[in-house]
Amino acid sequence: MIEYFDSALVNWSRAQFALTAMYHWLFVPLTLGITFIIAFMETLYVKTGDPEWKKATKFWMTLFGINFAIGVATGIILEFEFGTNWSNYSWFVGDIFGAPLAIEGIMAFFLESTFVAVMFFGWGKVSKKFHLLSTWLVAVGANLSALWILVANAWMQFPTGMHFNPETARNEMLNFWDVLFSPVAINKFLHTITSAYVLAAIFVIGVSAWFLLKGREELLAKRSIIIASVFGLLSSLFLVYTGDGSAYQVAQKQPMKLAAMEGLYQGSTGAGLVVIGMPTPGKEYNDNKDDYVFKFEIPQLLSFLGYGDTEAFVPGVKDLVEGGYEYTDENGEAQTALSAVQKIEMGKKARVALSEFKKAKRNDDVKAEEENLHIFRENFRYFGYGFLNDPKSIIPNVPLTFYSFHIMVGLGFYFIILFFAVIILIFQRKLIEKRWLLRLCIFTIPLAFIASMSGWIVAEVGRQPWTIQDLLPTVASVSQIDASAVQITFWLFTFIFTALLIAELKIMFKQIKIGPKEGGH
Amino acid sequence: MTLGKSLWAIIIIKLFIMFAILKLFFFKDFLNEKFDNDKDKADYVIEQLTKPKHTNND
Repeated sequence: MIEYFDSALVNWSRAQFALTAMYHWLFVPLTLGITFIIAFMETLYVKTGDPEWKKATKFWMTLFGINFAIGVATGIILEFEFGTNWSNYSWFVGDIFGAPLAIEGIMAFFLESTFVAVMFFGWGKVSKKFHLLSTWLVAVGANLSALWILVANAWMQFPTGMHFNPETARNEMLNFWDVLFSPVAINKFLHTITSAYVLAAIFVIGVSAWFLLKGREELLAKRSIIIASVFGLLSSLFLVYTGDGSAYQVAQKQPMKLAAMEGLYQGSTGAGLVVIGMPTPGKEYNDNKDDYVFKFEIPQLLSFLGYGDTEAFVPGVKDLVEGGYEYTDENGEAQTALSAVQKIEMGKKARVALSEFKKAKRNDDVKAEEENLHIFRENFRYFGYGFLNDPKSIIPNVPLTFYSFHIMVGLGFYFIILFFAVIILIFQRKLIEKRWLLRLCIFTIPLAFIASMSGWIVAEVGRQPWTIQDLLPTVASVSQIDASAVQITFWLFTFIFTALLIAELKIMFKQIKIGPKEGGH
Repeated sequence: MTLGKSLWAIIIIKLFIMFAILKLFFFKDFLNEKFDNDKDKADYVIEQLTKPKHTNND
């Protein structure tokens, strides 16, 4: 009898994880970025003794406090889900995630939480300098917490520094530093935290713009705009740099994701980067339809960004499914790409060999054990393909990945222009006159969240069907539980998180309306 | 209610829902519930990973 992966279970488990991760991410980037803005302001207060800086510090600290209180621990739900809905996956990766997540826990609870308490309740009770140090440590601690989560995520995109133990079915860490300093992890961390800085800068500028429009708190608003726009602009420029680094890593490690980001079905040498375009709806990888309904592209830029060579060949979705194109591997040797069908065959060999290895082990058949272990090791790099039957299933959702990527990049460049405009006008003392720009700054706050979410959609939808690149597909990662149980908790989370979001917005709006108090809260 | 009290109330209610309701009744650790030791967990996962399966839509 053939057994089935339950599609409903897989889809509901994915939907639930996506829902909780996205709600969690509504709170995180503001925390990561605004803590630095607060630390800059408090530094200026300690240096100058100007009470206006203290007032500004305390005002933004109050808004940070609301976000922190409502968002804190929402990420723990993701860990609940790992154990319940994703037990195969959790077991498979266990030893790799153990160290980063344990360090994250220590960081979050002992560094961040301790100093958050000093930051909120320590005014007047500890020295100015110690309070300032606490504020900086909250900023650094929050970002270090994010580091470990992002390292774990990067490992899933590019598994490295480990060894798979076929007796326990677990990956075991061989080299912690390879996991921590993998090029994907470094780029992911830097790109993600700088995107959070940009979001926080836009938040501060938007709220300050509201004060200017209302004719309130002019000095605080102007000072906040100066700090936030300079911080935002510098972060944005670094974001472009880390985005370039991320694109390079995606081209090397996850070429299917790159093809989906660009809607590129048919690869080519000297491939252009699509600036604006519309992928052809209903396009299949092997039909004769054009890749795009329309596009505007910069010639050769995709080849250059992905491979550092304007004439490099960038494989499209079709090439990646059918294989046969030439490429240079990580050792600098010329290779011919395997097709998805060949990889599926290798993956199935690895799965059968693993099963036979376990049988041989039980029967003390040393010869069969060694033979099967050899076959398993030879084919392990495509282990995850062994769960797939249709070569098409290695293709992620191309339109969703394409549009998310282009929304993220488009908004990213819009933010740079906005920061420039705001900096120029505020130094020319003309910002208050430009009321349309102040309104635009407010309107940009939700756009910053959309850009940030789009980035995660690119990263996570673009890497489907994998939870761990090439090693474990999503369908094989889930626990054998009832789909209806996941459905129930999905709706429960929708309700709880929506309630938290409403509470956040309500309290935040109220507090902004009240505005800063003399001497702070 | 002051801002501080509202936030503390939200934190406490949230943590109660998460740990006393969700974790206890809805999010039991699948492998820990089914098996007592790592060997049995490993055997189960290997069985899951090596059994021939298809998706519903194949």
